[in-house]
This record gives sequence, structure tokens and C-alpha cells, in this order.
Amino acid sequence: MRRSTIIVMAAIFGLFILTWILRSTSLASVQEHYLIGGFKVTFSAFLTLAILSFLYKDNPFYKFAEHLFVGISAAFWMSMGFWTTIVGNLIPRLSRSLSEFFQVPYQPGSYNFVYFIPVILGIMLLMRLSSKYGWFARWPLAFIVGTFAGLNFVRYLRSDFIEQVSATFVPLLVNWQGVEHFFSNFSLSASGQFVAIVGNWVIFLGVICGIIYFFFSKEHKGAFGTASRVGIWILMITFGASFGYTVMGRISLLVGRITFLFRDWLGLIS
Amino acid sequence: MSDVAFRIPLVVLSDIGRVISLMFIGAGLLWILVRSLRAKEVDRRIVFLFIFIAVAAPILFPITFQERATLIVRRLFDKVESLPAGSRVLLAFDFDPAMAPEVQPMADAISRHCLTKGHKVVFMTLWATGQALLTQSLERVVKGEFPEKLDGVDYINLGFKAGNENVLNIIVTDFRMMFPTDVNGVPLDSTSIFDDIRSCKDLDLIISMGGGKPGIKEWVLYVGDRVNVPLGAGVAAVVAPQLYPYYPKQLLGLLGGVKGAAEYESELVRQYPHLEERGTPGLRMMGPQTLAHMVIMAFIVIGNISYFISRRRERKR
Repeated sequence: MRRSTIIVMAAIFGLFILTWILRSTSLASVQEHYLIGGFKVTFSAFLTLAILSFLYKDNPFYKFAEHLFVGISAAFWMSMGFWTTIVGNLIPRLSRSLSEFFQVPYQPGSYNFVYFIPVILGIMLLMRLSSKYGWFARWPLAFIVGTFAGLNFVRYLRSDFIEQVSATFVPLLVNWQGVEHFFSNFSLSASGQFVAIVGNWVIFLGVICGIIYFFFSKEHKGAFGTASRVGIWILMITFGASFGYTVMGRISLLVGRITFLFRDWLGLIS
Repeated sequence: MSDVAFRIPLVVLSDIGRVISLMFIGAGLLWILVRSLRAKEVDRRIVFLFIFIAVAAPILFPITFQERATLIVRRLFDKVESLPAGSRVLLAFDFDPAMAPEVQPMADAISRHCLTKGHKVVFMTLWATGQALLTQSLERVVKGEFPEKLDGVDYINLGFKAGNENVLNIIVTDFRMMFPTDVNGVPLDSTSIFDDIRSCKDLDLIISMGGGKPGIKEWVLYVGDRVNVPLGAGVAAVVAPQLYPYYPKQLLGLLGGVKGAAEYESELVRQYPHLEERGTPGLRMMGPQTLAHMVIMAFIVIGNISYFISRRRERKR
């Protein structure tokens, strides 16, 4: 290990201890033991900075935080899977004594032999770990895929197809009571008639032009080509809006982390 | 007198901080522009540094903006507002710590609004990681701000139940089959809030807050479109554009990202001014958001100028 690396690591370790002590003293009034509370906050801040340090360049602290996150996530989900699905959902329906053992309320009257089927399918899924009996896992997988396909087919067909198509059939002249009425009540308010009409025209033309852009059986020339170009503009504006929202989301996360560093760790803001 | 004397320097300090930050950002952008015009490269880490400053400065020296609720947010607000006291509202906390900075402010604001109006609130989550965040909100907003509200009478926490959309597929016809007890092990039959609730059909409003799977889309597919219950949503910004097509037919209102949260908070504070002192994190986050967006836009403009100049130089050669 190079000397400069040792110095940097020693400095970071020293800063960690220093901020831990400083944070712990300010948490003295909290119910939790102040040393534990201080350690939690300091370690959280260390992990935040370790992840952010990747923006400078890849380094061992980032690697440590990344591996820790992946490991803890895997362990957390495995633990949650056992305690919420097997203990939470299955055992209260299967056995009173097991429910008492795991200290979950037994559901009398809900016993049903059918609940053994997921137990068997679950064990078959674990056969994947064996090279000899791995083929057993195909059956529960096929069951999962088939069930979800069947369940989602109906729901998606109704909500994402029929309802969405019907939502496109919008009146192009909203609450139309003549030209005189339109101009006498003209307003640029979001709930006004003009904005509603413009909005519905955008939906109508946007859908038509968007579909035309993806219609490749006819050459995109003339009026058809113009509609196709409008379609690509509509798509680009949509992607731009998505990108804008994504930026907003990521900035929000950064705000959350910086607020944590400034408030909980450094105590700069209230 | 001493209080006033203490406050004045803080205000001045805050103003000075704001001015220095803005000057620093402005001067830095100008430097980057000049460097770009001279066709010199700008290290990506400088861009990161500017984003950090643009976000950190308004947190240290708060910059606040006035927000007005857009129609899509106001419709949800008006729905909560127009329901008579005692209406049964279900709030689903379908998010994790990664989404919390965006979604928690709107979850808190909506919970606060429902309880202020006297609605009976059912809390639940389809996310294992949402359980802890739901507990935090309950401690802070429900028990902290409304100590007179009774568990099992005015509100109930059903907690987390594994099963994703299958949970919805069941509670849409029978709550007790999936949730025989609340999170504390109290049977639902012994709580007065569930006297008249058998399934999702018996609710007056459902608001799902999240941004992943299972989330709002699953609520629309498995509950909203199946039973005639008004459904609203508050989502992380990343998924908001995917959910806009559901408005206004399948979603009665939608809060998109921290902007949606800020709009809801502004409407809430306008209607109930006394709630302002309980915190408006969404509104406070709009300062860093705005400044960061302005810096990003400036970078896009500078990048384009640099691109066109370099292209012209190449053509001349």
C-alpha cells in the first residue's frame, strides 16, 4: 500500500472518529444511547459521502459502500421474504402451533389444503440450486408466468387498452355554445373552455400523428410525411418532459442527501 | 429586544450568503462559457461541483418561491376538501427511502389534510421498505400533530402485507382476508373504523403515493378501474409522465414529484394558514430545485454554443 493512501485513509478514519464524538455529544438528550445515535448518523454520512465520491473517481470507499448496500439489500429482502410471506401470510393459515411459535395471530377457519400447493411449489423453486433436480424449478416458474399472464391480460386489456382508447375520444369543442359565447367567456385559465379545447386537440392530433410516425407501410411523403414529422415532434416533447421530470427527481434525491448532511450530521440548519 | 437583535444578523447573513452563492455560480458559468468559446474542455467534475453548489446554497440560505396549484393537483386537493367529515380515505405509502425525499412531503401533507378535515384514514403499504416510513409519518404527523385522534377509531395502520398486486386483487373484494388484523395485531372486527368497511368498494377515496412497482399503476389496474372508487396519486417525478395518460379518467388527480408536493402544500397553507408552522418541506425544496434547473439549463445553452462554434471552426478548416 502506498504511503499517500495510508495517510488519506488515516485522515478519513480520524475525521470519522471526530465527527462521531461531536455528533454523540449533541445527541445526549435523545432516548437512544448517545454513542449509538452518533455512530448511526456519522456512519450514514460516511456512506453518503463514499457514494458521492464516485463523481470524483472510482475509489475503495465507494466500492465498500456499494458492496455493503448490495449485501444488506440481499439479506434484507431474503429476511423480509421469510417473515412477511412465509410467516406473515402462510403460517397463520396452516397451523396454530406454528403461529404461536412465530408469535403471529392464527387465523382460525382459514385452514385450507390448497395452501400446501404454494409450499410445494416454493420447495420446487429451490431445486434450482441442484444441478441434478434443477428441472423441477421449471414447473413453479411456468405456474408464476402463466398466472401473472392470465391475471394481467384482463387488467391491462381493460385499463391500458380499452380505457386509454376511450380516453382519446375527447370532444374537440368542449362545452361549445356558439362563437359569441366562446369569445364573451374567453379565459386562459387552466380550467377554462379555451385551454380545454386546445388540450383536447393536442391529444387528438398527438395520437393520430404519433401513430402515423410508426406506420411504415406507406412512404412518409406529402401530408402523410408532415403528419409523421408532427408525430416525431410530439414524441420528442414527451421524451423531453420525461427527461425534465427525471432531472427533477434526481435533484430531489440530492436535496434529500445534502439536507441530511447539513442538518443531521453537521447541524448547520434546523 | 434581544430576540430582534439576534434575528437581524441572521437575516443579513442569509441575504449575504444568497448573494455570494449566486455571484459565485454566475461567475463560474461565465468562466465555463469563456472556456467553451476558446474550445477548451471543461472537466465533468466542475459540472458536478456547480450542481452541488446550486443545490447546497439554497438549503443553507433558503430561497422560497410562491407556488400555485395546477388543475391536476387542485382536483385532488378539492376532492379531499369536499368529502364530508368522517369519510373513509385509504392512504397507501408505496415507496422506499430512495423515493422518500420526493414522496414523503406529499404523504405528510395529504395525511395532515385528511385528519384536519376529520376523515377516517386507513394507512397501508405494499412495500416492505415503506413500513418504516409509514411509522415515521404516523409518529410525526398523526400522533404528533393530532394527539386527540384515536387509533382504530379515527385512523388505522394496516402496515405492510407481502403479495404486491395480489394483495390489491384480494382487498378489492375483502379486506379481512388479507388483513385480519392491523399492524399491532388488533383484529379489524374490533375496530370501529372498519365497521362499515368490507372491501375497497366501501372507501370514499384512495390515494396511493409511490413511484415503483407495485404502485399507482397497480392501484389503477386492480382497484380503481374495477370498483367505482375515486383514485388519486402522488408519485416520484421519474414515473409521473407515465401516469399522466390515466388523468382525468382513471386518476382524479396526480401530484408529480416535489413540484406536486409543493403545489399541494401551498394550497393546504392557503386554505389552513395555521398548518404552515407544521412544515412545508416540499415548498422549501423548490428553491434548490429551481436554482439547480437554471444551472442545468445554462449548461445546456453553453454546451450548444460550444458545439456550434466548434462545428463552424471545423467547416472553415
